[in-house]
Amino acid sequence: MLNINDILETINMIREENLDIRTITMGISLIDCAGDDINAVCDRVYDKITTKAARLVSVGDDIEKQYGIPIVNRRVAVTPISILGGRFSSEDYIKLAKTLDRAADTLGINFIGGYGALVQKGCTVGDEQLIESIPYALAETERVCSSINVASTKAGINMDAIRKMGDIIVKTAALTADRDSIGCAKFVVFANVPEDNPFMAGAFHGVSEPECVVSVGVSGPGAVASAISRVGDCDLTAIAETVKKTAFKITRVGQLVAFEAAKRLGVPFGIVDLSLAPTPAIGDSVAHILENMGLETCGCPGTTAALALLNDAVKKGGVMASSHVGGLSGAFIPVSEDAGMIHAARIGALTLEKLEAMTAVCSVGLDMIAIPGDTPAATICGIIADEISIGVANTKTTAVRVIPAVGKKVGDEVVFGGLLGSAPIMPVNTYSPAKFIARGGRIPAPIHSLKN
Amino acid sequence: MKAVITVTGKDNVGIVAKVATECSSMGANIIDISQSVLREYFAMIVLVDIDGLSCAFGDFVDKMSALGDANGLRIATMHEDIFNSMHRI
Repeated sequence: MLNINDILETINMIREENLDIRTITMGISLIDCAGDDINAVCDRVYDKITTKAARLVSVGDDIEKQYGIPIVNRRVAVTPISILGGRFSSEDYIKLAKTLDRAADTLGINFIGGYGALVQKGCTVGDEQLIESIPYALAETERVCSSINVASTKAGINMDAIRKMGDIIVKTAALTADRDSIGCAKFVVFANVPEDNPFMAGAFHGVSEPECVVSVGVSGPGAVASAISRVGDCDLTAIAETVKKTAFKITRVGQLVAFEAAKRLGVPFGIVDLSLAPTPAIGDSVAHILENMGLETCGCPGTTAALALLNDAVKKGGVMASSHVGGLSGAFIPVSEDAGMIHAARIGALTLEKLEAMTAVCSVGLDMIAIPGDTPAATICGIIADEISIGVANTKTTAVRVIPAVGKKVGDEVVFGGLLGSAPIMPVNTYSPAKFIARGGRIPAPIHSLKN
Repeated sequence: MKAVITVTGKDNVGIVAKVATECSSMGANIIDISQSVLREYFAMIVLVDIDGLSCAFGDFVDKMSALGDANGLRIATMHEDIFNSMHRI
């Protein structure tokens, strides 16, 4: 028999604490769409996506209604597009990006991910053409997200690729300057990228994945923050226990929704991503969880320790609640998408360097950070190289999604709207790593990658 | 299969009757009711069997919600599995 307190707790978590399912993401393999003729490939890609995911939105709506829990996004992730067209030019790849955009529009989804390449060890001719096309593809489409994996603990760091990323980000910012350089919000540079991540902008359908899968990303920073407030004065062991229990409950809902979605869509269940994903809404902030633990403001000394505790407890609580856990699985700290982070950055409590330290203990990386529009490409490359090194050395995923907002300087704000939020321009160290970045080459894999 | 209907809002005459009438008109069989009034605030949880529903579950959810809107109440109808998932191992 159901317990009344349990029922009220669930309803309160959904109504008052913004508990939701952040995304149902369908991964679709496009490997069988590859070919020589770009127009034929585009047709096959469009047909396959719109056929496989035809019912994705309606099934999401039905599940939302059945369980009374909001499902914020329905999305599609596809095979890294560079794999489809080893012989294509940049112009051809842009046609593919537009095809993905059109398919997403037809399906009624807000983002489609997978316009990217895996180049941790080096670029193929196709990879290079795709990378060159990224700024134009992001400027000329609305819903296409792009990610490039430039390093892994096994392969080391491809500094030639990182050197290109600075130029790509600067160019993307320039091409979307009229919209606060929003193109950069749809582009992520990864180390150790997971192949089953359901969250944008980094979602894609890995080459080792089956034909089609459904994965779910949960959310619920508000529920965790409220649970911590309720336990009141207690030690950090008790805080960790509280987070674990809450994460368990949140993830169980994710598992239920993932299982139900897979059943109704007739495709295998992939994974549940245990991430705490904030939104700019009040009461849906990861920073506020840390502040509820006792920090005056996110970014002050102690922040990294509090975040490490949170991240570990979320995973421990969530892992037993789901049969398959994957993706990024950890607390996200995207600055523009988190009301508490935005506030902390505005008042100067949260700096780029502190965020970098925080990424060593959580998922994922330097995320949705607006920096001055005149930041040199080499400096952006340096920021990327630092962040990627943290991932490679610690055998974890890290990523960089920075927005050098054209025409903006420290003190200004960028406004993207919706889930992407708004952010103050954060100061960047102005000393240059240009000579280091210009060397290129590969940073060898760390010694602990040799495990055999 | 069962669903949980939660009704909250300002107390007034006939809430239980209205909810029960709407349930019966759509073939939802009431199994259990728990209800309390704290000052002027009314809260009721109704467990219903939905195997005999005469409409799709989504329509039932919408109709109950509309009944709430028409009477100044908040009525949420959710499949029991969400509660079982969250609170049972």
